[in-house]
Amino acid sequence: MSTRLAKGGRLIDRAKPLNFTFNGKPMRGFAGDTLASALLGAGQVMVGRSFKYHRPRGIVASGAEEPNALVGLGRNARFEPDQRTTTTELFEGAETRSQNHWPSLDFDIGEINDRLYKFFPAGFYYKTFMAPRAAWKHLFEPIIRKSAGLGGVPKEADPDRYEQAYAHCDVLVAGGGVAGLAAALREGRAGKRVWLVEQSAHWGGRTPVDDGQIDGVEAEDWIAAALEELESLANVTMRTRFMAAGLYDHGYVIGYESVADATPGDGRPRHRLWRIRAGLTITATGAIERPLAFAGNDVPGVMLASAVRDYIVNWAVSPGDRTVIVTNNDDAYRTALALLDAGLTVPTIVDAREETHGALPQEVKARGVRVLEGRGIARVLGRSRVTGVEICAQAGEGGAVETIACDCVAMSGGWSPVVHLWSHCGGKLIWDEPRAMFRPDPSRPPTGADGAAMATVAGAANGDLTLAETMAGFGIGACSHDEAALAPVWMMPAGATDALRYKAFLDFQNDVKVSDVQLAAREGYTSVEHTKRYTTLGMATDQGKLSNINGLAVLSDALGQPIPATGTTTFRPPYTPISLGAITGEARGDLFQPLRRTPIQSWHEAQGAHWEPVGHWRRPYCYPRKGESHSDAVGREITNTRKNVGMLDASTLGKIVVKGPDAGRFLDMLYTNMMSTLPVGKCRYGLMCNENGFLMDDGVVARLSEDMWLCHTTSGGADRIHGWMEDWLQCEWWDWKVYVANLTEQFAQIAVVGPKARALLERLGGMDVSKEALPFMHWAEGKLGDFDARIFRISFSGELSYEIAVPASQGLALWETLMAEGEALGVMPYGTEALHVMRAEKGFIMIGDETDGTVIPQDLGLSWAISKKKADFLGKRAQERSHMTDPNRWKLVGLETLDGSVIPDGSHAPAEGYNANGQRNTQGRVTSTYYSPTIGKGIALGLVLNGPDRMGEVIEFTGEGETQIKARIVETCFYDKEGEKQDV
Amino acid sequence: MLSLTCPCCGITAEETEFAPGGEAHLKRFGPGSSDEAFEGYLFARKNPKGVHFERWRHAYGCGKWFLAARCTATLEVFGTYPAQTTQPPAELIAKIKAKRPEWEGWA
Repeated sequence: MSTRLAKGGRLIDRAKPLNFTFNGKPMRGFAGDTLASALLGAGQVMVGRSFKYHRPRGIVASGAEEPNALVGLGRNARFEPDQRTTTTELFEGAETRSQNHWPSLDFDIGEINDRLYKFFPAGFYYKTFMAPRAAWKHLFEPIIRKSAGLGGVPKEADPDRYEQAYAHCDVLVAGGGVAGLAAALREGRAGKRVWLVEQSAHWGGRTPVDDGQIDGVEAEDWIAAALEELESLANVTMRTRFMAAGLYDHGYVIGYESVADATPGDGRPRHRLWRIRAGLTITATGAIERPLAFAGNDVPGVMLASAVRDYIVNWAVSPGDRTVIVTNNDDAYRTALALLDAGLTVPTIVDAREETHGALPQEVKARGVRVLEGRGIARVLGRSRVTGVEICAQAGEGGAVETIACDCVAMSGGWSPVVHLWSHCGGKLIWDEPRAMFRPDPSRPPTGADGAAMATVAGAANGDLTLAETMAGFGIGACSHDEAALAPVWMMPAGATDALRYKAFLDFQNDVKVSDVQLAAREGYTSVEHTKRYTTLGMATDQGKLSNINGLAVLSDALGQPIPATGTTTFRPPYTPISLGAITGEARGDLFQPLRRTPIQSWHEAQGAHWEPVGHWRRPYCYPRKGESHSDAVGREITNTRKNVGMLDASTLGKIVVKGPDAGRFLDMLYTNMMSTLPVGKCRYGLMCNENGFLMDDGVVARLSEDMWLCHTTSGGADRIHGWMEDWLQCEWWDWKVYVANLTEQFAQIAVVGPKARALLERLGGMDVSKEALPFMHWAEGKLGDFDARIFRISFSGELSYEIAVPASQGLALWETLMAEGEALGVMPYGTEALHVMRAEKGFIMIGDETDGTVIPQDLGLSWAISKKKADFLGKRAQERSHMTDPNRWKLVGLETLDGSVIPDGSHAPAEGYNANGQRNTQGRVTSTYYSPTIGKGIALGLVLNGPDRMGEVIEFTGEGETQIKARIVETCFYDKEGEKQDV
Repeated sequence: MLSLTCPCCGITAEETEFAPGGEAHLKRFGPGSSDEAFEGYLFARKNPKGVHFERWRHAYGCGKWFLAARCTATLEVFGTYPAQTTQPPAELIAKIKAKRPEWEGWA
């Protein structure tokens, strides 16, 4: 029975009791407790069930490496699954729930899996769910989905706030143990800008729990003095509850700070994600104790030896009354001392080594503890709680020589340096044979922007497992017990039978056993990375912090090769899971991404416009009236525009000014047609291609003056095209005298479209907008009413059309004035869908609809816009390639459905036969398809094999489901083919 | 995430402030060029494990394009320089040679 001891507990405050619940049962702990120490203190040893076999599981560790003791924490919107009890601080009112069982923790139907373990070997899924094929969808997948996943998912949106912050420093010290403190002192005294971060709530690491003196004083006193000095240094920033989660390129470190985990809802951000640029990162991340693999090493009550003494010393929690210690090293004897000091019983120490002469074993033996040498644990007795252990010869096959009653087992398989940060960005490891561990290779560090090391390592993370070694790295004297060498024992006993290996766990969280890794080796998995994926070893949320080294030792043994020949799996950030909220930061809701607004946006909003996202803009799709569907609104807007007058907010249109003595020459290179010959005062439609020859943007170019042109681009393309121009001007023709400026947001632009457009403009007075003064494809500048206007006679609808550009500040006023003046003329706003339908009725192309990055202008019947006179333009050479000049290309045509219906978006026209992949051949596809209220039926534009040569032919397109839609190939222009309406 | 120094405005900034632009020092081939030359210009890109010259634009800064010499394996940045040149500066080449004697050189 685990319990709270009457005395001690260096981290708890007994004057501050805290109430919490576990599966609804009220429990009590103290300020300073973790959930794990509070649960153990309240006598709760079994805290969950395992993922695969639903075996009872208890707390194994006392820190970030804990694989078992994950709980659901909180309720409703603040519920979060898989919270590590060993690193979660207890707070008043914490609600915790155990996971992975039904109906209850103590009685679980899924426990049947444990009896069937022989049927769930490594690769079970791959082997079992192969056939029949149909069973996958209807039988296997639903069952697997139901049983998959650890913990539940919260059903409501996260109410908490998260934020991100930036920091820059010369030196980041990751880890606040004695090595980290010493490193921070050294760097801080040298005047460096230092960040010292510690993942737990406490400084000093585990040295205060273990024994030792530093610089002639007790370790705890040295730590206190170090902290005092560090706090006095203005150039040192210290943060607890702050994990250095990952080390990335060029000294980029992600820090994860827990701010308000223990005070939910207090208004502060719950977590903070730090983006740190560190000149040097010193990883002082300590080491993690390894479990030993023996049958039943997962029974609740079996814990790491270091964790047992942590619970006693830090939190005054006894994990059990009678603790058997099983070890292959001297360090675990410290646990015996801690247990004895707390007045607890240590019936036996089981040491796999044949001889134990070290100072620690001697001291323990002197206090009357029985030490069994050359022994191992054959099996642990008990199911939901340890009741005893069977002792066997370590060298044997597991025949029990003795049974010892106990309620706790403290195991130690040696220590592994925490090399994660070192390894994340390329730091390499070497195998330290005497200590049986991988440690950082100082000759192969991760390197930064200057090619020099961007990380160094200190303390136990460097493999300096004793206090003296750690402090010697800083030239500081220290002493603790000498330790004799460990024996590299990974499994107990050495010749364990099948039955024992089936219950000897390596990865507790994913239920991977010694037998699974050995099976993988027999089945040919020689790479550790393959074995990992096949057995799922190390793939759980703990990322194998306890299991990886043991697993690859077992694999190496099965393969008959030394451990360094097997190597490690890749260490990937983050070190422990970080919240999605922290990664998201403030970028959610309205702040998810910036929204670009036109000067007229507020008017559209007030009208209740239905929106369509266009790049970072939101444009009105249509303006539905009360009781009107979107398609009805679109139809009304089109009809009114063609009959009376409509207005479109075209402010999003790209507007790039190109100016300079070489501007004309430059535009001749950018556009497929000739822009240098465009007379001042006139407009010309132009196409831009990339060097592959593919059409990338289009728009109307106006020549403003002798050396200045205004290029209109697509709404989504302005920034891209501006960048494209800059690229050529800066990197290819840098001696050309041209300046370009993106003025998209400096102007509001309003299209006034329809037969009554001129009448509307004339009501404002000022500029002469008659056909004679301002003909089609011309522009003029002047006062329109009170407004400073530049008016373009261009049309994307086929109607009489004026596009009026005014300074952005005048946009809304102009729009409202036009709306008011136009009321008598029947003016209505129209949205992007009406724009699209009207341009399709005219057969005008839309970049992104008719083009997809593989279409050249020649495919779209736009050869007229490609200059034959120019020696060169971007894309010209590419359009001479054989594939581009192939007469059998898909080319743009109009399509009229025979039954008047609308062809679905993306529809293909099947052709005879099948291709080499067994797919149906096609002869064309639809690029734009709409119901045309003007024509009164479905129209479409599409790319069809040799389309323009097949006028009048009827071909079939795929409709919804298995249906086919017959459509006649017609000209691309459906409306006013002569173009009379726009030129009046 | 890389950090790069823009040679035009002098600022050292996060990679997210820049936009990559592929291989540097491409020679453009236009109309009249052979199929082979044009293919090389359009498609054939170096993909070395080691020293590489590449284009970057300080897109969310001064807006200028510049060129960088960088090791694609270690991410070491040997230097950055303005884009208005057809070849890397001689002193940069010398610096890389000194650091990477096995480097076959710029071509």
